[in-house]
Amino acid sequence: MPTPTQHKSEDILLEARDIQVSFAGHTVLSGVSVSVRAGEIVTLIGPNGAGKTSLVKAMLGLLVPQSGTVTRKPGLSIGYMPQRLQIDASLPMTVRRFLQLGTQPGQGKTLKALKEVRADHIANSPMQSISGGEMQRVMLARALLREPDLLVLDEPVQGVDITGQSELYKLINAIRKDRNIGVLMVSHDLHVVMAQTDHVVCLNQHVCCAGHPQAVSQHPEFVALFGEDIASTLAVYAHQHDHHHDLDGHVVGDGCSDECQHDDDGDDNTKGHDHG
Amino acid sequence: MDDFLIRAGLAGIAVALVSGPLGVFVVWRRMAYFGGALSHTALLGVALGFLLGVQPGLGVAFVVIAAALMLGVLNGVKGLALDTLLGIVAHAALALGLIVTAMIEGVRIDLMSYLFGDILAVSANDVGWLWGGALVVLAALIKLWNPLLSLTVHADLAHVEGVPVRRVEIAFMVLLAIVVALAMKVVGIVLVTSMLVIPAAAARAYARTPESMALFSAIIGIWSVGMGLWASYTYDTPAGPSIVVAAAGFFVVSLFKK
Repeated sequence: MPTPTQHKSEDILLEARDIQVSFAGHTVLSGVSVSVRAGEIVTLIGPNGAGKTSLVKAMLGLLVPQSGTVTRKPGLSIGYMPQRLQIDASLPMTVRRFLQLGTQPGQGKTLKALKEVRADHIANSPMQSISGGEMQRVMLARALLREPDLLVLDEPVQGVDITGQSELYKLINAIRKDRNIGVLMVSHDLHVVMAQTDHVVCLNQHVCCAGHPQAVSQHPEFVALFGEDIASTLAVYAHQHDHHHDLDGHVVGDGCSDECQHDDDGDDNTKGHDHG
Repeated sequence: MDDFLIRAGLAGIAVALVSGPLGVFVVWRRMAYFGGALSHTALLGVALGFLLGVQPGLGVAFVVIAAALMLGVLNGVKGLALDTLLGIVAHAALALGLIVTAMIEGVRIDLMSYLFGDILAVSANDVGWLWGGALVVLAALIKLWNPLLSLTVHADLAHVEGVPVRRVEIAFMVLLAIVVALAMKVVGIVLVTSMLVIPAAAARAYARTPESMALFSAIIGIWSVGMGLWASYTYDTPAGPSIVVAAAGFFVVSLFKK
């Protein structure tokens, strides 16, 4: 797993530069830049109203920013998992049929995608009868059926219980590794984010700080935004290390490279902490 | 059987054939009030048709499509809910329609036949128009089916997956406008929404897939037309309202489906 700093610029799948968004004169985002590379999990965190969903929508082309540019790698295929999906009770639709809406995959591919997210047992259930966790998995399966280069997940663990949350994040991480795709994710759940992410962007209408999760958790703006308690709790997720990061998460000073490799390894940064 | 009854049956079946499948989208998308608002604008179309000396049906189609497109544009306006906009457009158009109707001199417009339908008076020519319009709408709906279903489930997701959301939505509104113009002939302006909503709602209890719900909705609509016309012929009840009551009967029966 290469670190973000080792990526070449042509690996960039989706990039937002200097995004400015306002609704009715109220600024929601200003001067925000974010990019996602292949094989990398980038997570947007921030308080309610920080503009996380607006940024995602701008990057997906669902919302036209007042200024700034969004660049996609040509031919990029995006699998999107929206924040909420509620199907009107009057619409009869099984999980299987729902999966066939976005693309027209054969039955075999549909079942395979459901197996990949471990939801094949509900293939014939009505969409309105499945649980919150199953809904998230089904939406993930629909995104995967598009054979995406990039997954965009807006609060993927919403409405999922604690064990389910950790499982879902592990699943996303495993899919990222298997397919070597980029992941752009919005999350409220700081703890899991810190464990499963390569690059965190802390957003509060502007980019407060961005970089490796551990560096971000120690950043003064992050501490100011989320409070001392959360920041120090999150430090538990990081292991001991003897170098520093700059604001972009790059290692500064004389941190040894082995240590960096280990530190930035997204696959193994639960750091002696078992999420069960 | 009398010729007029056969013509009425053919006209009713043509309308039910499209109002059923289109109506399921009205139900899924919670647009019953939208359909009602569009039908209110139809009277203005009738009046304009008379004023300009063209077929009232053409006037209706024109005005209803224009209203649908206008609502599509207005829907993007921030600060007012769609149902408020619908209330404004529908009633302004209805009021304008009544004024224009009253001002047309020399022609007596049979207001009742437009408000409540006059299916027993359809001509062979009308039947031809209804079937032509119905088949065009049906073909367009089949072509639009998947993208429309996809954006009904989640518009943003459909957009990201490449559905031209805005274009499909406008196309749907135009189809809805045409169906309103067609159904007006059968049940009248006041009852048009019922042909869209009631068979679709009755079909829900029996359907397991979106497609079967559309099919059942069409079938229930056709049965309602048959039963309404039979009641009208046998008991001399007004035809349009009888069709609507028959459809409502199907809905009540569907409530007992386990």
